[in-house]
Amino acid sequence: MGRYVLRRLLQLVPVFIGTTFLIYFMVWALPGDPLAGKCGDQACPPAFIERMRLEYGLDQPILVQYLSYLGGLLQGDFGQNFRGQDVGTLIANTYPVTIKLALVALVIQAVIGLTAGVLTGLRPGGYLDNVVLTATLFLVAVPVFVTGYVLQAVLGLRLGLIPPTVPSDPGLFDLIVPGYVLGSLSLAYVARLTRTSIAENSRADYVRTATAKGLTRNRVVGVHLTRNSAIPVITFLGADFGTLMGGAIVTEGIFNIRGIGGLIFESIQRLDGVVVTGVVVLLVMVYLLANLLVDVTYALLDPRIRLD
Amino acid sequence: MRSRRAAALLALSLSTTLVLSACGGGGGTTDGAQADAPTISVFGTEPQNPLLPGNTREVGGSKILDALWSGLVGYTVEGETENVVAESIETTDSQNYTITIAEGWTFHDGTPVTAQSFVDAWNYVAYAPNGQSSAGFFAPIAGFADVSPAEGEPTAETMSGLQVVDERTFTVALTSPSPVFETTLGDVSFYPMPESFFADPQAFEDNPIGNGPFRFESRVPDQNVTLARYDEYGGAAPANVGGVEYRFYADSEAAYQDVVSGNLDFLETIPGSFLIDNLYQQDLPDRNGNQPYAGINSMAFPIYEERYADPQLRQAISMAVDREAIINNVYNGLVEPATGFIPAGVPGHVDDQCGELCTFQPERAKQQFDASGFEGTIELISNVDSAINREWMQAACISISNTLGTECNFVPVPTFAEFLTQRQAQELTGIWRSGWIASQPTMEYVLQPQYVTGAENNDGLYTNPEFDALVERGSNAASIEEAQALWAEAERVLIQDMPAVPINDQSAQFGWSDRLDNVSMTYDRELDVRSVTVRQ
Repeated sequence: MGRYVLRRLLQLVPVFIGTTFLIYFMVWALPGDPLAGKCGDQACPPAFIERMRLEYGLDQPILVQYLSYLGGLLQGDFGQNFRGQDVGTLIANTYPVTIKLALVALVIQAVIGLTAGVLTGLRPGGYLDNVVLTATLFLVAVPVFVTGYVLQAVLGLRLGLIPPTVPSDPGLFDLIVPGYVLGSLSLAYVARLTRTSIAENSRADYVRTATAKGLTRNRVVGVHLTRNSAIPVITFLGADFGTLMGGAIVTEGIFNIRGIGGLIFESIQRLDGVVVTGVVVLLVMVYLLANLLVDVTYALLDPRIRLD
Repeated sequence: MRSRRAAALLALSLSTTLVLSACGGGGGTTDGAQADAPTISVFGTEPQNPLLPGNTREVGGSKILDALWSGLVGYTVEGETENVVAESIETTDSQNYTITIAEGWTFHDGTPVTAQSFVDAWNYVAYAPNGQSSAGFFAPIAGFADVSPAEGEPTAETMSGLQVVDERTFTVALTSPSPVFETTLGDVSFYPMPESFFADPQAFEDNPIGNGPFRFESRVPDQNVTLARYDEYGGAAPANVGGVEYRFYADSEAAYQDVVSGNLDFLETIPGSFLIDNLYQQDLPDRNGNQPYAGINSMAFPIYEERYADPQLRQAISMAVDREAIINNVYNGLVEPATGFIPAGVPGHVDDQCGELCTFQPERAKQQFDASGFEGTIELISNVDSAINREWMQAACISISNTLGTECNFVPVPTFAEFLTQRQAQELTGIWRSGWIASQPTMEYVLQPQYVTGAENNDGLYTNPEFDALVERGSNAASIEEAQALWAEAERVLIQDMPAVPINDQSAQFGWSDRLDNVSMTYDRELDVRSVTVRQ
């Protein structure tokens, strides 16, 4: 197990270099000049452009820029953006909010999705099953920004139950509605995935054996059935955590959450390659580590699965 | 079996820790001062540059600087210039000025505002190696060419035209007379700087010290900037509110929702979708406003393109645009059609300069267009990441196409930065959107930078020696009245050449929460943070 985790961690190194390289070059390839628009509607004076080019190494070939950026990154220095702000600080300011939001979304989709899935999976074709099938179909069909704007307008503006936007240092309660919006699509998938898995496994031999042994129904379903059926769901949730972090752009925009999504979006618009690269690298790391976490969880759920 | 499970648990907690530690530490926000008067929250956008007067030319930053600093002069809402830090600005020939600073002005660190504070700040901004974006504003001052030559290294560090006479007096010599020099002094770039700035500019960026009604308190990147009232303010009276929080939004729709529900106190631009059917007036009853400001929307021609080189053709396109229809359909009648190149709010503006050429004349337009022999499709180009540029440009396109019976396409450019880059590189081959705000209330500031040959924002490469001469004569006139007459004449020349099609004067629609009272806008369409009060 230890060797396995170590190996997986070592695999991060080439991925790290590969992603930074690709992202850095892709941002550079975007049309437009990062210094344009810094002086309002007017052109910037040559002296200003000259100073900025020197300061940010824009006069160097792109490869040299990348290498010096990578050098800084290895020492934990994310560099400075074109506004003279430390990218590490920017990330430290925005990351916790997005993590919180993604975790809230994850918990919401796990709790609601798993419950709905287990309940419907045990009685496929029943009344509840049909209700959940329709509801999830609806969730899958409606885009995130529609859910977001509708909830914001109805709950926030017309009913006044929640503030329409999230304060700059949000508590868990503030994030429930945005978290639901963010997780709504995956919630539907989790419910359906669980339902299928439960429905299939409830006819499995080990369930029959457990029932034959005289175990209570609660124990059969709670421990034996659900635990085994949860494996594909856990895979999905783990991979989804990474997606939620990156996919928060729309939700964060609607609720004015100053998280990582907004930071990426604005930095792409401003051609701020240093910020984009830094954030994306972190997202990739989180994605990979979340996947590692999933693989390790397998061993807990099903002792037959060997990792090394 | 057991040991494997233990190993799995260990590995689980190890990778959890790794995921979480990748997340970095938390960033807190500091609460604003809540001494006696309450703090208000105002919509803002993240400043593009560090908060330095010499390096800020965009609205997100200058809005904050205007609260942190006070200049020698300021503008009334009508665009008149009045002394603020200056006690008097005297000149006999419009070329040599003696400026006296009023008593009682201090910076937020307690040091007095002196003549030296201005002279040092101006020299710093103008000196080319400092690479300040506002350096060009000091070009009229004698000796500017030595500190910021067009080519080569500077030969001096200070401008010879600036002399400190005593603690509160300094003189400015210009290279040639300029009747509007006094007016330009209200620009952000002319603000004074305390001594501490020159000792350590980097540290100053993190904690700017101005002389304005509010002092800097805290800044969280991408979130907010908080200012607190400066009680020793040297101006007329300290502000009524205890502080201002400029809260940054990625999207003004979210800000709008916040204003409606009382979560944000002030929003200066109602998003386009809420202007439809004047929805904002229903959402914000008795707490909305509509105020014209000295800005103009126009469509500029790439004169370097052979196809658009004929002034007759450009006039035809101007007459093919149904301005009233655009204003009614897109702006819901909230703005006024432009009748010339100078927005109505600028002192010296002459009404209806453009006459028939800026009104909808379908027949004459069609005739003149057919005579010009223009071939191919007309393209209208704009960035689509801000305001309602796309909507009005599309409306203009339909109008042109219907009137002239030719094909018209709207070409979107995703971001403003990209659009500006293409514009400045003369890469645009169609007609593009060009907005201009007279942030200094002079006609010169509208005409000179946009249309004089070789000027920095003359991206269409328009040139006409007669126009250039008239603008320059106005800039060097002995009195402001004489200058305005010459500039109006220059505007008439411009209208015949039509390097751009004026569409409408701009107007700001704003809204506020029910906490605020006495809401008024300044000349450059920001909330007047000094006069606003909070309802008890």
